[in-house]
Amino acid sequence: MPHAKAIRVAVLRTAGTNCDVETAYAFTKVGAVAERVHVNRFVEKKGLLDGYQILALPGGFSYGDDIASGKLLANELRYRLEDEIRRFKAEGKLIIGICNGFQVLVKAGLLPGTKHEATLTNNDSGKFEDRWVYLKSGDSRCVFLKPARGATRASDLLYYLPVAHGEGKFVASSAALAEIRDKKMLALEYVGPNGEAAPEYPWNPNGSTQAIAGICDPTGRIFGLMPHPERHVEPTQHPRWTRDGLQKEGDGVRIFRNAVEFARENLI
Amino acid sequence: MAKKSNEWRVEVTLRREFYDPEGHAALGDIRDLGIAGVSDVRLVHVHLLTGPLTAKQVERVAARLLADPVNQVYSIGRPMPSPLKGRHAVVQVFRKPGVMDPVAASTLKGIADLGLRADSVRTGRKFLLYGKPTKGELALISDKVLHNAAIEEAFYGEVAIPHAPAVPEYKFQRREVSLLGVSDQRLLEISKQWTLSLSLEEMRTIQRHFADQGRNPTDIELECIAQTWSEHCVHKTLRGVIDFEGRIIDNLLKSTVFKATSELKKPWCVSVFKDNAGIIRFDEEFNVCFKVETHNHPSAIEPYGGAGTGIGGVIRDPLGTGLGAKPILNTDVFCFGPPDLPASKVPPGALHPKRVMKGVVSGVRDYGNRMGIPTANGAVLFDERYVGNPLVYCGNVGIIPRDRCEKASHPGDLIVVVGGRTGRDGIHGATFSSIELTEDSETVSSGAVQIGNAIEEKRVADTILQARDLNLYSCITDCGAGGLSSAVGEMGEHLGADVHLEKVPLKYHGLSYAEIWISEAQERMVIAVPPKKLKAILKLFAGENVEATVIGTFRKDRRLRLFYRGTQVGELAMEFLHNGVPRLTRKAVWRNQKFIEPRPKARKDYGPALRGILGSWNVCSKEWIIRQYDHEVQGASVLKPLVGVANDGPGDAAVIAPVLGSTRGIAVANGINPKYGDIDPYAMAASAIDEAVRQIISVGGRFDRIALLDNFCWGNTDKPDRLGSLVRAAEACYDLAKAYGAPFISGKDSLNNEFRVGDQTIAIPPTLLISAIGLVADVRKCVSMDAKKAGNVLYAVGMTYDELGGSHYYALENEVGNKVPIVRPEMGKAIFTALSGAIRKGLVRSCHDCSEGGLAVAAAEMAFAGGLGMDLYTLTVPRPEELQRDDAILFSESNSRFLVEVEPGKVAKFEAALSGVPLAPIGRVTSEDVLRIRGLLGDVIVQEKLAELKEAWQKPLRW
Repeated sequence: MPHAKAIRVAVLRTAGTNCDVETAYAFTKVGAVAERVHVNRFVEKKGLLDGYQILALPGGFSYGDDIASGKLLANELRYRLEDEIRRFKAEGKLIIGICNGFQVLVKAGLLPGTKHEATLTNNDSGKFEDRWVYLKSGDSRCVFLKPARGATRASDLLYYLPVAHGEGKFVASSAALAEIRDKKMLALEYVGPNGEAAPEYPWNPNGSTQAIAGICDPTGRIFGLMPHPERHVEPTQHPRWTRDGLQKEGDGVRIFRNAVEFARENLI
Repeated sequence: MAKKSNEWRVEVTLRREFYDPEGHAALGDIRDLGIAGVSDVRLVHVHLLTGPLTAKQVERVAARLLADPVNQVYSIGRPMPSPLKGRHAVVQVFRKPGVMDPVAASTLKGIADLGLRADSVRTGRKFLLYGKPTKGELALISDKVLHNAAIEEAFYGEVAIPHAPAVPEYKFQRREVSLLGVSDQRLLEISKQWTLSLSLEEMRTIQRHFADQGRNPTDIELECIAQTWSEHCVHKTLRGVIDFEGRIIDNLLKSTVFKATSELKKPWCVSVFKDNAGIIRFDEEFNVCFKVETHNHPSAIEPYGGAGTGIGGVIRDPLGTGLGAKPILNTDVFCFGPPDLPASKVPPGALHPKRVMKGVVSGVRDYGNRMGIPTANGAVLFDERYVGNPLVYCGNVGIIPRDRCEKASHPGDLIVVVGGRTGRDGIHGATFSSIELTEDSETVSSGAVQIGNAIEEKRVADTILQARDLNLYSCITDCGAGGLSSAVGEMGEHLGADVHLEKVPLKYHGLSYAEIWISEAQERMVIAVPPKKLKAILKLFAGENVEATVIGTFRKDRRLRLFYRGTQVGELAMEFLHNGVPRLTRKAVWRNQKFIEPRPKARKDYGPALRGILGSWNVCSKEWIIRQYDHEVQGASVLKPLVGVANDGPGDAAVIAPVLGSTRGIAVANGINPKYGDIDPYAMAASAIDEAVRQIISVGGRFDRIALLDNFCWGNTDKPDRLGSLVRAAEACYDLAKAYGAPFISGKDSLNNEFRVGDQTIAIPPTLLISAIGLVADVRKCVSMDAKKAGNVLYAVGMTYDELGGSHYYALENEVGNKVPIVRPEMGKAIFTALSGAIRKGLVRSCHDCSEGGLAVAAAEMAFAGGLGMDLYTLTVPRPEELQRDDAILFSESNSRFLVEVEPGKVAKFEAALSGVPLAPIGRVTSEDVLRIRGLLGDVIVQEKLAELKEAWQKPLRW
């Protein structure tokens, strides 16, 4: 669908990034122009990032997750692209980090984005696991989870998405957790199959504190989540489509559409 | 002014209150060893930094890079205070000098990002073992759990570790090997001493070749010939002459698997048996290619690294096919000893099967997941004969634009090596794979184990595919077995080449020119670049942090010339190198073995037998493995390996739609059953093909667009009976491929899979893996195997025969029997054609093929995967009149059979679509949570709660 005002998305990649193609595809599906750009290009050419309204950090194992997951790319953003990221934030642009991208945002201090720090650590199960989870979006400021226009229906708050990670357990101090609640930064929680709060493993797949699956910063414009919305955009990606029939689109599409609509209304 | 170089030791560990998964895993493995004296294990990461760093700067490195502020603590210059209370022993594990350490390279980059500089980093792991292990126990723990002597060294206690251990300098000296005029005995000694794995006849051929030139070969020439002539690279047994009980077979491959393909002449076969993977048509824009390989011997010695580099190696096959295919799917099949084997039955020098299995699974997991390739299909089999020699089959599918499938290097093209640096890892891998393993293999062959770095390979793949689309090179191949020797030798076979070995980038100094030439260091590709495109391609690679180096030029005189620092160290005619290997004649015989024919008594209740089979190692749920693999990355997944109402049932073929936004797909499946091979290798091979094909059919793949791969893993085929069984299996491959119209497009063999203890050898059972790839016209028409709705009718499709030979039912009583399932290709063809059509017409709700455990196991799996019961009758199951035994109907493993679920309203159309095919309704899906089967006399012979069946199936591998 052609749009007069094209929203440009930079899908950041580096050695070990591996969900960049499908993340770019998900943005394209909702009408954005998505480009996969190597981090080296942003380091080489200051100002390159200014041409985009959305920065997406996809999943993968950036730099092999050596030392700690997401750590090396996080430090690259922090120390090599400090000014670019600061400017991007100041202009109110959107950043989403998925899985490894979430780990990067947290380790770069962009999330929670306050004086408190959090981390993502080894799953309680002690291993990498690929499984589908139920999620509920709470009363947060996160622009990725709210349609830019119109009221939110109850079903819009629920998502069924896969996780695939070994280090997704969200951990933060009690002060940080209180702040996350108070400042409406708790974006996504793991729930049970019928929406039950605070579920046990495997519904909380990694043992995250307070079943936190994703958070946003105090502005709601920087969002990180462990589940993979880009892996549920087509109806045939649902693990039970052969039982329940094909939906119109996968649950993950809404997250990308909300972001692009928000950008179209506020950023160009 | 240069600052003083300092040495700093930084330790990092999790804060006490955080769960330590690596420590916990080590503790579990220690308990598995039967050692109770250790109560807890904690892991401390150690970083040894060398460089002009001040104390304050190291503090910054530790705080900002090495340790997480929330859940970790660090200590600089002194041992970390113990996070737990109590006495503990300390074991420090570091990679041996020269073994690649990817974390060290990343740490150097991280330090540079902080604006600081270090010259070298060495990383290690320090284990704190709480409790009171004895000295002997500690050594055992260290050897069996904490470190692998092939690549690592262990230090006891809080001792200082050298930061940058010296690797001896290499002093260049051109070396010749005295071959002229020496005795046969000496020739054999040389072959053994240099790990050349060459026979006397081959050594004599080389001797004559150099005698004609009046000189001795240099070491590099001899090594180069041995690599090129290795079984691994040239398949001399399968391409040689075989005297099969007086019948002469000139080139077994050509007269069986190749022959089927060339006779079938399928227009959709694009490139078969010539490139690194076989290529078939996919759609208007793309082709797909597929390759499966084995990495058995390295996995026996170092399961984690062996399996990881196995998957890494096979990924480079599609990447080196045509001008480069994008890898889109992994498939893995493993054969291990039983995980519950008593330690006393593990032969000396072999690792315990459970350790092998855990290592292999995590090796494939870490490499495949990091590469971002979904591992969506696989199988795991167990047999005691795999104890010393496990099998690790790794496969990869790639997708490639149709106009990128041909390649050719030209005289004058530059030889460019891209990717990882060359080290001493993986020397003699190609020749080592042709030697039987012994109890000493672990110590003598450590150099043959390659070390993987998935992220390096990911970088290489990302960059290659960009260079391909920019048309920056004319030819490509992977650096696999035989290293540069094989890669350059292959690309330059019809051209010749000059190579300057000192230009090859090294991980560390000290390698001789010959080691550089044959090293199998991982993550390297070789490309041929026209000189005018060199600048552009070097810039592209540099921009992605991938090393690309010109090491030589292709010639046109078909001579290979090797230089080191200006001195010529070797010169070989390509003709001799590639076609000089003497063709040997091997003898083969075969008689099917006669086993005792079991006569099981008829029972009233077959529930326990059904639960027993569901809980057997081969049949039980592999969810523990599958979930550790990312099977959905790339967003193409349509039918996942786990399906059903709770996403945990055993799916048949995996289906992906690799072009995002398109509904065209491919289905990938495998067939393997070594149990049948003990009775009749022909029946085993035929059944494996039938199984692979029927899995593709059961998900809705097209029967007329299935391609096959063969992978033969056999014992020592110098022994006539072993070779005879291989001939029989290959003959079945021809017959079935022809009958099913399913051409072979690629394949591989691994012979000499034997483990020697003293004067005894344990040969693996002959094991043929058939991998199948099929086209799916519209993925939205696919069906999964889980039962869908109460009231639906269940059909048995295909004939059930009294074929319990090699079955799981007999295996319950440790029996084998003789009536092995055979394939009746005419019937199979009719069934596959009709059923595939019915599924595409939307007449089928679910479909599961009947394999190990037969109809009863298929029914149980469908039922608990769907969370629905079944009422079934054996009476109507299609079968020959003389078959009147309930146990055979339930558990016989006859081929070409399916259990199919159809909605009541579609019954007539379904039966019409399958007219002429043996089928019958045998019951219905129910909403009761019970699988109930009535026998021939009408009495209930199975009545099992779904939860109990599922528990029996899930329990064994719930680790």
